[in-house]
Amino acid sequence: MSRFIEPTTEDIRNQKLYAEMGLTDAEYDKVIDILGREPNYTELGIFSVMWSEHCSYKHSKPFLKQFPTSGDRVLMGPGEGAGVVDIGDNQAVVFKVESHNHPSAVEPYQGAATGVGGIIRDIVSIGARPIGLLNSLRFGELTEANNRRLLRGVVSGIGGYGNCIGIPTVSGEVEFDPSYDGNPLVNAMCVGVMEHDKVQKGTAKGAGNKVIYVGLKTGRDGIHGATFASEELSEESESKRPSVQIGDPFTGKKLMEATLAAIDQPELVGIQDMGAAGLTSSSSEMAAKGEAGMNLYLDQVPVREEGISPYEMMLSETQERMLLVVEDGTEQKFLDMFEGFELDAAVIGEVTDSDRLKLYYGDELYADIPVQPLSDEAPVYILEGEKPETGEKVYDYSKEDLNRVFDELVGHPTHGSKRYIYEQYDNQVGSNTVQKSGFGSGVVRVEGTQKAIAMAIDGKSRYVYADPYNGGKEVVAQTFRSIIATGAEPLAMTDCLNYGSPENPEIYNQLEESTKGMAEACRALATPVVSGNVSLYNENRTASILPTPVIGMVGLIEDVNFMDGLSIGAGDALYLVGETEKAFAGSQIEKLIDDEVSKQVRNIDLELEYSRGMDLRRRLTEGDIRKISPVGRGGIAVKLAQLAAYHGLGVDVSMDVDGEDLFAENASRYIVVSDAGKEIKDAVQIGRLTAEGVRIKARDVEISRDLAEVAEAWEGAIPKCMTSVD
Amino acid sequence: MKKFAVVQFPGSNCDRDLLNAVLKAGAEAEFVDYRAASLAGYDGVLIPGGFSFGDYLRSGAMAAVAPVTKAIEEAADAGKPVLGICNGFQILTEIGLLPGALIFNDQHTFVSRDESLKIVNNETLFTRGYRQDEDIVYPVAHGEGHYYCDDATYERLKAHNQIVLTYNENPNGSRNDIAGIVNERGNVLGMMPHPERALETLLGSDDGLRLFEELIRWEANHVQIH
Repeated sequence: MSRFIEPTTEDIRNQKLYAEMGLTDAEYDKVIDILGREPNYTELGIFSVMWSEHCSYKHSKPFLKQFPTSGDRVLMGPGEGAGVVDIGDNQAVVFKVESHNHPSAVEPYQGAATGVGGIIRDIVSIGARPIGLLNSLRFGELTEANNRRLLRGVVSGIGGYGNCIGIPTVSGEVEFDPSYDGNPLVNAMCVGVMEHDKVQKGTAKGAGNKVIYVGLKTGRDGIHGATFASEELSEESESKRPSVQIGDPFTGKKLMEATLAAIDQPELVGIQDMGAAGLTSSSSEMAAKGEAGMNLYLDQVPVREEGISPYEMMLSETQERMLLVVEDGTEQKFLDMFEGFELDAAVIGEVTDSDRLKLYYGDELYADIPVQPLSDEAPVYILEGEKPETGEKVYDYSKEDLNRVFDELVGHPTHGSKRYIYEQYDNQVGSNTVQKSGFGSGVVRVEGTQKAIAMAIDGKSRYVYADPYNGGKEVVAQTFRSIIATGAEPLAMTDCLNYGSPENPEIYNQLEESTKGMAEACRALATPVVSGNVSLYNENRTASILPTPVIGMVGLIEDVNFMDGLSIGAGDALYLVGETEKAFAGSQIEKLIDDEVSKQVRNIDLELEYSRGMDLRRRLTEGDIRKISPVGRGGIAVKLAQLAAYHGLGVDVSMDVDGEDLFAENASRYIVVSDAGKEIKDAVQIGRLTAEGVRIKARDVEISRDLAEVAEAWEGAIPKCMTSVD
Repeated sequence: MKKFAVVQFPGSNCDRDLLNAVLKAGAEAEFVDYRAASLAGYDGVLIPGGFSFGDYLRSGAMAAVAPVTKAIEEAADAGKPVLGICNGFQILTEIGLLPGALIFNDQHTFVSRDESLKIVNNETLFTRGYRQDEDIVYPVAHGEGHYYCDDATYERLKAHNQIVLTYNENPNGSRNDIAGIVNERGNVLGMMPHPERALETLLGSDDGLRLFEELIRWEANHVQIH
């Protein structure tokens, strides 16, 4: 192999080069077993990315197996680029969430932008046209300059890609907590709509069929990105900046249109996005799914510069690329079509009836790997978790100045208005956005119909840390509540599991317990998991992040016109649905006053959650009530303040509870707005919306503020942090 | 029935919305590729928002030298209505069919929101359906929407009543709150806000519908020369 200067098999063995690529000694030995010989440099690179946590889920597979993945409406579950769920009339909704945490930590703009681009290509490669984007973000507190820098970069990166490609960003959520210092989370979700009969799979079938590459020319960017994403961040991470990919939304837009046009062609056999691990994962996964082999002629791959080796080519994560398999003899038709879109495209290989992935460059063979073991025999690690001690903490906030607590929480970036963020996202392009970012789920009409898709994303890491099992249930339930609040019927969900290192027994236990709770909630709430993503090793120099499973959920609104003109105003009655309990573990008042999350049991009744939610959504669509707003972080007091500030309305509320209970955060509660005197199950009328003033009375305390004061604190929560020039 | 051309550049992303707006108003519309040499046969030309050619180099700069540019100029010269929205406005200033330029928003971040606007000239073929000084809501969504021109140009715009639309709460630092202008002849309108996104109250506002209804009612002898 004289064309490229690369380490020899002896170098690899003697210098343990596989360790640098993230493989253990045992994994290296397994590669030798599979090949029957020592791997060369290209082959080693391929194994190392395919067996990275990011691609192989080697620590998370056992947990993912617990999730229910089927249901009456599920047309395609996990395993492909994204899940597909029936919405009637031969139409389906396609969606997935994915993390781009590590890249965003070292290069926030490009890390976030390529996260958005990647998830869009996952949706498009199934055959769906994207109709909405969402994002879930976590940063350390904005009092730190580095966190402000990350927020600025991430938000402009998300907007930079989504705005340009022309997909509205319609909802999102963000939390600021010290546990994310230096390890921000950037989870992006995309939702698309398609017709049933166009669902594509990433498969390579039929010996002789041609493999077509389309999109940006391959460069040396993002080499080993998947491996990088599977390591803990360290001081050396900064030097891994070349592992971060660069987004090109303009090419992404052309590629999206070209892909959707290609999917209309009957001669298309299969298609897959070149995402993490680029050409390696797309080619080997397609061959594995098609139970076929594949020959690739890498000298045919469009490249940005001369001299890119097969190793670099296979590991490059250059963005905006797709791999297609088309019927033999029809390749020219596809090449011509792509030329019309002004995209680079080339035939780079063919499907074979062997079981091997063979990579040629000129007349030299650079890799010869059996396809099935590469993806199927990736190692799976089942470790021992260790349950931490849970104490019996006695909470007493009755001596605190609860007016001050109210001011602090309403003015904190986690609870304040997210206008600074969402106004940087085009949330109406496509002209079907019925409810956009600002307050709850996004709602996007399915073009040409009365139907609409409600879409929400949420995560409640402090609850999961306090009680992984019940917290896991609560995360699913919280997202369910967001969908309910639009009047939609929750259909299915996607998950992104953001955790620290699974090699730490306590974190392994968090994974184990929280996924168990999530799986139970999925069953109880009839929202199967149709796609997902795992991001482990989210640790900064000193600590791990809070366990942060993020749930994306979609719901169906059969006739969205009920939302036209739906409004609330002064004089309307406010109801609280659900009992208030002294649940403070993982709460925001605990964070503010005790500066900790104590490990305590949290409670949730999933049956009650389901029946209550379904009853409320029916009432909303039937016009019996006018607004549903789930109670979340900061409890009732913060929710009322947010409602008041967002709508420019006062509230006058009186409740027969202790003052501290206004900040309690137990599950399954909603604020509902309607006429006075309604009979709503488990609900009490707690007051009214007014023209002026925010007054919330409990047994031993009264919070009383001017509406303007509350609105200013809420609106200014993020902007007041972002004024300094960093 | 009148037929309008919606020009598609690579990177246009409000093209379908704009086509749908014309259809909804009651006329025909077709997409025309940016490589087309002629727009003969169309009663007017619409240039959609988006990021033509990725807005690389400068927004609208590369679209302005595309083959279809000459045909757009011919349509304008023939007195047909030409409407450029958002990136379309940027392209019209780059071509030179409208004076001034669109530069980065003062805050240097993209801005997307429902925008309160004022119709300050209801005598154009596009705005006859509005009352003079009527307040309306169209969404805005742009990163380079600050309208800039020199003093002499501004005086000419004023003198010829070319300022059509102004912001009530300037989102980008535009000179004198300018959101949309016409050429002296009154048949070429460029605007940053998106009337094509304001066709139904369900989506927030239907204030944009009248603009398209007026546009398709256009007759050659109605064009005003100021």
